[in-house]
Amino acid sequence: MGGSGSRLSKELLAEYQDLTFLTKQEILFSVHVVLAPHLVDNEQQARSGNEHTGKPIAENTDSSPLSTRAHRRFCELLPQEQRSVEQSLLAQVPFEQILSLPELKANPFKERICRVFSTSPTRDSLSFEDFLDLLSVFSDTATPDIKSHYAFRIFDFDDDGTLNREDLSRLVNCLTGEGEDTRLSASEMKQLIDNILEESDIDRDGTINLSEFQHVISRSPDFASSFKIVL
Amino acid sequence: MAQPLAFILDVPETPGDQGQEPSPYDESEVHDSFHQLIQEQSQWAAQEGLELQQREQEATGSGQQTLRRPEGTQSTATLRILASMPSRTIGRSRGAIISQYYSRTVQLRRRSSRPLLGDFVLSARPSLRLYDLELDPTAREEEEKQSLLVKELQSLAVAQRDHMLRGMPLSLAEKRSLREKSRTPRGKWRGQQGSGGVCSCCGRLRYACVLALHSLGLALLSGLQALTPWRYALKRIGGQFGSSVLSYFLFLKTLLAFNALLQLLLVACIVGPQVAFPPALPGPAPICTGLELLTGAGCFTHTVMFYGHYSNATLNQPCGSPLDGSQCTPRAGGLPYNMPLAYLYTVGAGFFITCITLVYSMAHSFGESYRVGSTSGVHAITVFCSWDYKVTQKRASRLQQDNIRTRLKELLAEWQLRQSPRSVCGRLRQAAALGLAWLLCLGTALGCAVAIHVFSEFLIQSPEAAGQEAALLVLPLVVGLLNLGAPYLCVAAHGNIIWNLILKLAILGTLCYHWLGRRVAVLQDQCWEDFVGQELYRFLVMDFVLMLLDTLFGELVWRIISEKKLKRRRKPEFDIARNVLELIYGQTLTCAPFPLGFLLSPQTSLLANCQAPRRPWLASHMSTIFLTLLCFPAFLGAAIFLCYAVWQVKPSKHLCPFRNLTAMYGPQGVGRIPGGRRPQVSWLPWVHLRGGGGGGPCCCEQRSARTWLPSQSPFDEGEDKIFLINKLHSIYERKEREERSRVGTTEETAAPPTLLTDERDD
Repeated sequence: MGGSGSRLSKELLAEYQDLTFLTKQEILFSVHVVLAPHLVDNEQQARSGNEHTGKPIAENTDSSPLSTRAHRRFCELLPQEQRSVEQSLLAQVPFEQILSLPELKANPFKERICRVFSTSPTRDSLSFEDFLDLLSVFSDTATPDIKSHYAFRIFDFDDDGTLNREDLSRLVNCLTGEGEDTRLSASEMKQLIDNILEESDIDRDGTINLSEFQHVISRSPDFASSFKIVL
Repeated sequence: MAQPLAFILDVPETPGDQGQEPSPYDESEVHDSFHQLIQEQSQWAAQEGLELQQREQEATGSGQQTLRRPEGTQSTATLRILASMPSRTIGRSRGAIISQYYSRTVQLRRRSSRPLLGDFVLSARPSLRLYDLELDPTAREEEEKQSLLVKELQSLAVAQRDHMLRGMPLSLAEKRSLREKSRTPRGKWRGQQGSGGVCSCCGRLRYACVLALHSLGLALLSGLQALTPWRYALKRIGGQFGSSVLSYFLFLKTLLAFNALLQLLLVACIVGPQVAFPPALPGPAPICTGLELLTGAGCFTHTVMFYGHYSNATLNQPCGSPLDGSQCTPRAGGLPYNMPLAYLYTVGAGFFITCITLVYSMAHSFGESYRVGSTSGVHAITVFCSWDYKVTQKRASRLQQDNIRTRLKELLAEWQLRQSPRSVCGRLRQAAALGLAWLLCLGTALGCAVAIHVFSEFLIQSPEAAGQEAALLVLPLVVGLLNLGAPYLCVAAHGNIIWNLILKLAILGTLCYHWLGRRVAVLQDQCWEDFVGQELYRFLVMDFVLMLLDTLFGELVWRIISEKKLKRRRKPEFDIARNVLELIYGQTLTCAPFPLGFLLSPQTSLLANCQAPRRPWLASHMSTIFLTLLCFPAFLGAAIFLCYAVWQVKPSKHLCPFRNLTAMYGPQGVGRIPGGRRPQVSWLPWVHLRGGGGGGPCCCEQRSARTWLPSQSPFDEGEDKIFLINKLHSIYERKEREERSRVGTTEETAAPPTLLTDERDD
């Protein structure tokens, strides 16, 4: 990592640490990437070589495994001229580049995740703070409450505040695979959705709202450990 | 309803509604109680559609209400009202989130002080109370809600406030603004206090100390995190194989850390002093051939590896009282060190620490991983909770999708089976088949144990085998091969953790009988403790060698066969159950730190040759199961074995710390101190028993499985909801029909009065 200190101001760093579940090391990602452009070229070469294995670049150049991950990964997605700290905080990265991150590439919910965390008016790009929010919710120390809240929003494909039959059917298709031979048959899908609603729709209105969803999630001890993205 | 209740429905008006007669849900028209509204509607409903409703209810066969029409075909006005319901807005709108967290903050603040009775809104229904709808008729804007939340946050302590903010599902920018707003009065307060000299100095000093401690803590944490070199390896395993296999490796890591700790204790208290004061050897040292690495005998016998080497006297004793013929070679300024006592106490302390740690972590893990009601609702839980977000590779992701699809189909098939009533004969047949399969598998396990017993008896009795050193390797080889091959014999039990456990227990039980029961009797002229230690060493080494061979060649060969012969490109699955049991078996044999080879071998085999298991292994349940297996059969068995050896078996006459005593422990044993004083060591075994026995229930009481009970019963709420939705729908249907009839009447002004009468009768 070298002796370079963080270019993110201390106050900003402390604020991010207080408001998210991330540690300092996970936030300060890119310091020597921003300060040392010659390492950027090496990383780009390394990245093209390691694309298919998805090996994170951090392990090549960074001796302290947890330092400055988030900012580094974010800065990698920006074009060269926007990699100064001030600009990186304001820049909006389009979805295609976020979806190319190795941690999200193989996830069937990646578009929904990006859409849920985006605060831009057109909801098609992520800023650095949105990215931090994403990492915070998916981190180790986030509470199951906030994880279940965001999981609900991710599964709510039509953004109407409840999971109706259409949402559930799209969710099951994401889980089983979108291909024709991997989907469940229509009768199996109908039966499955009926069973799900029977089990979780407590007030019998045909949809699952947030409280009912959180009630189901609380019965599964594995949810918090599986709803994690490790950077 | 006893009291009138003003209830505001915050529904945006549509352009179509303006200019018409006020609809029933307008503010001025809303009656003070629902009672009147429902009375009106129920009169109309009684005239019109009551028979229809009753017929529908009979058709569904339940007394519950159903929605008269599915949501998609309801009128847009109804849909708009439904969209504004609190249960739906909480999932998507920021204002609703803010008001929910406002009420939570209020509850948090009120929890510290006893709430006044007058604060409770007795007439509000529980679901409304949760959303903190005031009786004040003015509707709240989002800014008002935010200012309320800010006010509440200001009254909390800083740490609580940060904790609250961190847990809110809002974006970072909004959290920052809330934090800024709730911070201002503190600055003002500090400004006002600026004049008070000493107070502000103390305050500033305390604040500076807190900041320094905070940053020190963060620096320590970052330092600790930097010391974890295995983080990337674990991430790769999790990304490729999922959480279930990852949990096996986390278990491995925990075992390693624990073993390192115990090793430190042993080295410090036993090995170190013995190495510093080596005893005189009885005869010339044997020459080292290569076979010692496998047998543990030969030139390894008189080293610190084995128990027989340790002195039975007090080391470094002052020359005043010569005892047991030990040599008098004190070092200047040295302290006397009674080796047998040290041995007993160190091993005892190690066992005690292990016991407490195991019981505590088992209870903790149990509390974390088992929830009440987790067996019901499998469909919903599988669909909502089964996707593992750690998986980062495309192939692993596809495999996970296949697994989930298979699991869902299995669940549906099981559900179908449960729906169709099965005859008693069918159930009996199924139970009989299951019983037979289990009998066969148990028979296999017992057969293995009997085979080992017969073979060991043969070894004891055959004279030619007793002389050769290489012959000592035969029993470990046989046992190792049985361990490896038996799971393949009983194919139905492949992957079955219980069967593997029974097999291992049977084998270990037979071996313990063989050592303590038979070998002690046979070996009169040798140190039997040394022999048992060497046997354990041989078993470990043989197990390790066979596992390496299996890893390198067995799985590789299997993969080649399956790819070429069976034309399948699937790798064999990583059998978590068997690997965990191998680990625990190895740990039990040593009761001490065991070689790293056990750790590296599974990982290399995994990454090269295996794929993730098909059956869903719940990661959190698994860590509980591993800990339970480590605690109950393994640790308890080893403890019982050692206790029996210490109390009942006569120590041998030669070269051992407890030689020439009737028992290792007890009034004739180590409890005797020269001079006849009886030390207070009799509490030692009772501490062990109490610690193990008492700690378990104690921890389990504290960490009972968590339950989640809703704060109010929502079942009646559902009925109310459907009732209201149906009433709303009938109101709008009525409105539309009146609208149409009014249009019809204005068009046909010359219509005969009979028609009007007909309309009005509706």
